[in-house]
Amino acid sequence: MAVAIVRVRDLFAAGMLFAIYSLLSAALFTVLDAGDVALTEAAVGAGISTILVLAVLALARRFEHPTGGHNLLALTVVFITGAVLIYATLDLPEFGQPDNPAQVHVGPHYIENSYTDMGVPNMVAAVLASYRSIDTMGEAFVILTAGIAVFALLSVRPRRRQAGIVPRRPPRNDEEEDEKEADTTGEKDNE
Amino acid sequence: MSDNGILRVVARFLIPLIMLFGLYIQFHGEYSPGGGFQAGVVFAAGWILFALIYGLENALKVISQRAMYVLAAAGVLLYAGVGLLGVLMGGRYLDFYPLLDSPHAAQQFGIITVEFGVGVTVATVVMLIYTMFARRKSEWEAVLKDGDDR
Repeated sequence: MAVAIVRVRDLFAAGMLFAIYSLLSAALFTVLDAGDVALTEAAVGAGISTILVLAVLALARRFEHPTGGHNLLALTVVFITGAVLIYATLDLPEFGQPDNPAQVHVGPHYIENSYTDMGVPNMVAAVLASYRSIDTMGEAFVILTAGIAVFALLSVRPRRRQAGIVPRRPPRNDEEEDEKEADTTGEKDNE
Repeated sequence: MSDNGILRVVARFLIPLIMLFGLYIQFHGEYSPGGGFQAGVVFAAGWILFALIYGLENALKVISQRAMYVLAAAGVLLYAGVGLLGVLMGGRYLDFYPLLDSPHAAQQFGIITVEFGVGVTVATVVMLIYTMFARRKSEWEAVLKDGDDR
């Protein structure tokens, strides 16, 4: 699937493949009994980010520029990094063992005490909002910052030159009609 | 897209359900999977569906862009304010125990309030980002039509 996303040149198809990938991840999380993560993945990964990708595609061209040749250096770097990561996974403890670090550190404390501490059945909510409250506040600030950044980038009115249509001569009144037509055809090409 | 009868009818039926489900995820988050982030996104998705079907201008009549800025900041401020309230009432920052007498009730009050703050921020920021992108195209078209090179 990831190979298909990289190979496909049609950006609309790539966006849809991303959405399907997210939905499959959400199904995988559900199988692993991680309801909160599955809900987030389905809502954010498959839903909102697909909508945002489509909103951007409405502004950009649909097909990727073909790039000539292969970047051998990039391929080598990616290959070595992947090999190192796979080598690192050999040192990880076996999945689901009771004496894994994840099972003996703070996990048991949360599992044993979260209900008596706050009377909240959903442990994930208890950990997120109360034990790790400052982390969650940081996440909320990250979201706000992202919104402010998009606002800062897109609240400037676009200039004519950014649209990729540079007038060759200063436009006169009698050329106004011609130029309008050229613009509309350019718009169609974009779509 | 607004001319399609099937889309209009199905959307009219679906949008309230999506928003209700968002509210359910928000306020039932301590009992079942969910919380502020998911609820905000689902709620915003309902609004975006409305904007897609009925047009952005109608959707902005429901909640104006100015209200989005205000609410996005207000959600984070609510979160930080609850934390400060704990300090004022003699605890540590984001410590919920001093808020109410019963420790369980205090924790639940704190969790629900901060999750509500997160939900409001996430929902309005997602709506805001969508509005920005959706409006961009019409802005470009307007600029191309006017031909003003500022």
